[in-house]
Amino acid sequence: MTDESSPYAPHTPAETEAMLDAVGVDDVEALFDVPDSVAFDGDFGIPAHGEREARREAAKLLGRNDELTEFLGRGHYTHYVPSVVEDLSSRSEFLTSYTQYQPEIAQGFLQALFEYQSMLVELTGLDVANCSMYDEATALGEAATLSQRVRSVSGETILVPEHLRAGKRAVLENYADGPGLDIESYPMADGQADIEALAETVDTDVAMVYAETPTVRGVVEERLADIGDLAEDNDALFCLGSDPVALSLLERPADVGADVVVGDAASLGTGTAYGFGLGMFATREEYLRQVPGRLVGASEDADGRRAYTLTLQTREQHIRKERATSNICTNQAWVALRAAMHAAWLGPDGLVDLAEDCVTRPRDLAARLDEVVGVQAPVHDGHHFREFVAHTDQPARAVVDDLAADGYGVHAIGEHLIQVAATEATAEAEEGFVGAVTEVAK
Amino acid sequence: MTTYNQASWVDDDDARYEPLLSEKASETVDIEDSPLPDELTRDSLTLPAPAEPELARHYTRLSQMNYGVESGPFPLGSCTMKYNPSFTEAIAARSDAAVHPDRPDSTVQGTLALCYRLQEYLGAIGGMDAVTLQPPAGAAGEFTGIQIAKAYHRHNDDERSEVVIPDSAHGTNFATAAMAGYSVVELPSGDDGRVDIEALEAAVSEETAALMLTNPNTLGLFERDIERIADIVHEAGGLLYYDGANLNALLGRARPGDMGFDVMHYNVHKTFATPHGGGGPGAGPVGVTEALAPFLPDPHVEQTDGGYGYYRPDRSIGKVHGYYGNWPVLVKTFAYITRLGDSGLADASAKAVLNANYLAEQIPYEVPFGPFHHEFVASAAPQDAADVAKGMLDHGVHPPTTKWPEIVDEALMTEPTEGESRRSLDQLAAAFEAVHGEDDGTLSTAPRRTAAGRIDQVSAARSPRLSWQAFDSEQ
Repeated sequence: MTDESSPYAPHTPAETEAMLDAVGVDDVEALFDVPDSVAFDGDFGIPAHGEREARREAAKLLGRNDELTEFLGRGHYTHYVPSVVEDLSSRSEFLTSYTQYQPEIAQGFLQALFEYQSMLVELTGLDVANCSMYDEATALGEAATLSQRVRSVSGETILVPEHLRAGKRAVLENYADGPGLDIESYPMADGQADIEALAETVDTDVAMVYAETPTVRGVVEERLADIGDLAEDNDALFCLGSDPVALSLLERPADVGADVVVGDAASLGTGTAYGFGLGMFATREEYLRQVPGRLVGASEDADGRRAYTLTLQTREQHIRKERATSNICTNQAWVALRAAMHAAWLGPDGLVDLAEDCVTRPRDLAARLDEVVGVQAPVHDGHHFREFVAHTDQPARAVVDDLAADGYGVHAIGEHLIQVAATEATAEAEEGFVGAVTEVAK
Repeated sequence: MTTYNQASWVDDDDARYEPLLSEKASETVDIEDSPLPDELTRDSLTLPAPAEPELARHYTRLSQMNYGVESGPFPLGSCTMKYNPSFTEAIAARSDAAVHPDRPDSTVQGTLALCYRLQEYLGAIGGMDAVTLQPPAGAAGEFTGIQIAKAYHRHNDDERSEVVIPDSAHGTNFATAAMAGYSVVELPSGDDGRVDIEALEAAVSEETAALMLTNPNTLGLFERDIERIADIVHEAGGLLYYDGANLNALLGRARPGDMGFDVMHYNVHKTFATPHGGGGPGAGPVGVTEALAPFLPDPHVEQTDGGYGYYRPDRSIGKVHGYYGNWPVLVKTFAYITRLGDSGLADASAKAVLNANYLAEQIPYEVPFGPFHHEFVASAAPQDAADVAKGMLDHGVHPPTTKWPEIVDEALMTEPTEGESRRSLDQLAAAFEAVHGEDDGTLSTAPRRTAAGRIDQVSAARSPRLSWQAFDSEQ
């Protein structure tokens, strides 16, 4: 290895010498207590770069990505993020801080997380929200293990919709493996839960029933209260998946009997970042002491002033070790900060407007595609949110590839089914998109 | 001696706190005439509605009431709070990094190329044959690693029920093992703070799925008998798991793969300086030996004839994140490693270890055990370690991790990292010195120069108020 220093270690050679003297060694290598038999004397083969070169190196790699207008959704969405969110969240006091183990110097972040939790409480109608999980899929996994801890009877089945996105189900399977939970699916009909079939399936072996609104096919679930009743009648938890934009307009989860709400809140504040998420987790007060993850609570300081702190930490791994409610330590605090900023920037008016736009925009785009020869849209007869499924006479795979070649991204979800998401981020590209579909779908 | 006064904001002398956004500008919107039928919508929505200037001022104030690495020294043991170079932010924010995860592979060759390159870098640094980038945090990496170990044993028709963990280990290790369905066998540390070989021999059995080990351990001590430890675990048929939390102490000096570890996670937010973001996002890539590579999460990036693609490893454990993990964090990691290269990474470790040893020499508290690497655990006894920490806050420094690991009485676990100059180490030492000289009565009312005074944790837990709605219901 060469002698080049880390650019972020401030030591001058003279200081290094003085410090070595103070420690009482001649050479820093003397401080490494590594036996020769396991010492590494090779190199990694990674050259050092100047900052400008390192930026160029990354730009060169990332520049290989194609330009593509993304009509893509299925759990990961693009909404316009205002610049003020980027600027404020990037303040180094936020960005370079850590978990608030010393609350007296971390009041700013604690208050911001308290505000985030409060917004989720308003959106869900539930009593308690934690200050983040990794993403929607891991939040669902945590909900499943929570159901096992809080439910009085011993059922071990987690019921999920048959169309649950494969990635989400695969994560749930991993979380369910330790406690020995079985994941089973119930049928869907026309993009929504098949309530009659679900009623046949739910019994007291079921620990949790999971439903989504909008569903993975972009349909607003219309019979949530019925699902809630089915779960309640069988002493199963009702877990509802959604997102904060949808919840600004749709029925309050608490009003349809939801015990837990999970979902991805990164649709606010982050935009598309290759699946980067922000797991929401909210539940009823009675399950408070079984909640996974971090909770910020209001308290008072020595002068009687309102102040905030992490609380109920005896649920957490650093105190409770193997009896903790979850192993989570680092969560997605900074992403939650951004989501709260974005929600506040929009305000309730802006959020509701955005949500309404998520209803009308896919409806209008589906109607336009329905007029294209070789396309029927939407496939499902319901209200849509952000996205819809279309049938293509041509094989879906070929349609997707041809559209990609034209610079548009959509999902292939079946032999002749594509899924299209439409938000304000794709608005200006709709005209060209419809033209491209017209060409490739014939 | 540095004098410190953290900003605090009071708009109302009676209330004496920075109001919540909801108290500054709240609005209720009734939902009517929406494009959905009434029965599918909520009735109303009440949330803050500040104008942008108010929003900017609120969050700027909050930031000023918060302490980060750029505010001052942050020697929080085992968390590796090193300086986060800002150029990595610019790279992660590039528009060509902001892509949807369901794009066709052929349209994200840049993203996949970066992933592949980072997998290769991390493999070389850890001495591992294959690396997945999917786990979104260190604890998620632990879970991934333990699920891989479990799948490996299952595949060999050799299901096991226990995971062995030293008493000085991170709490996440215990919680992870339990989450994966294992019972924990806690291993008492030896008199020298390291793994007690006799105790280890007694703890492992044909039920041992894995030993989870941090090396150097949380006391900053290198487990010198690591090869013997590996043999004992392997002879029992178990796997050796490396908790990468302390990898910053070993860059270029030793590699987990060479020590006999079968599986490891990397805390990239620690070792490779991606910002901790107030408690996340992090990323916890997992490296494995060739024998475990078939069990890696799905999908895995590989080089193909024409570029890069995804494939599902033969016996994959499935997924641990809904998509591919915390991508922007991985971009920053890539940028950091590219910037430092072999020589910079090795120097980072050298300076981190030098700084820890220098600081340990300067402070008035006893530091048992040794020699140590990048962190050390001092004992505050007979003082209360929590009081010592609160006292240090008034000196413009973040205190060490306190009261952990429990094997040191009133522990002060201190990790200065390579990012501190001699001058700031001296500032830290002065803070320790000042608090060491203060009487316990004075310390029990510290801090006094921070945005809030000592916070009542007990009442926060006894009568939880977890949202602003809790204030409404009190009125």
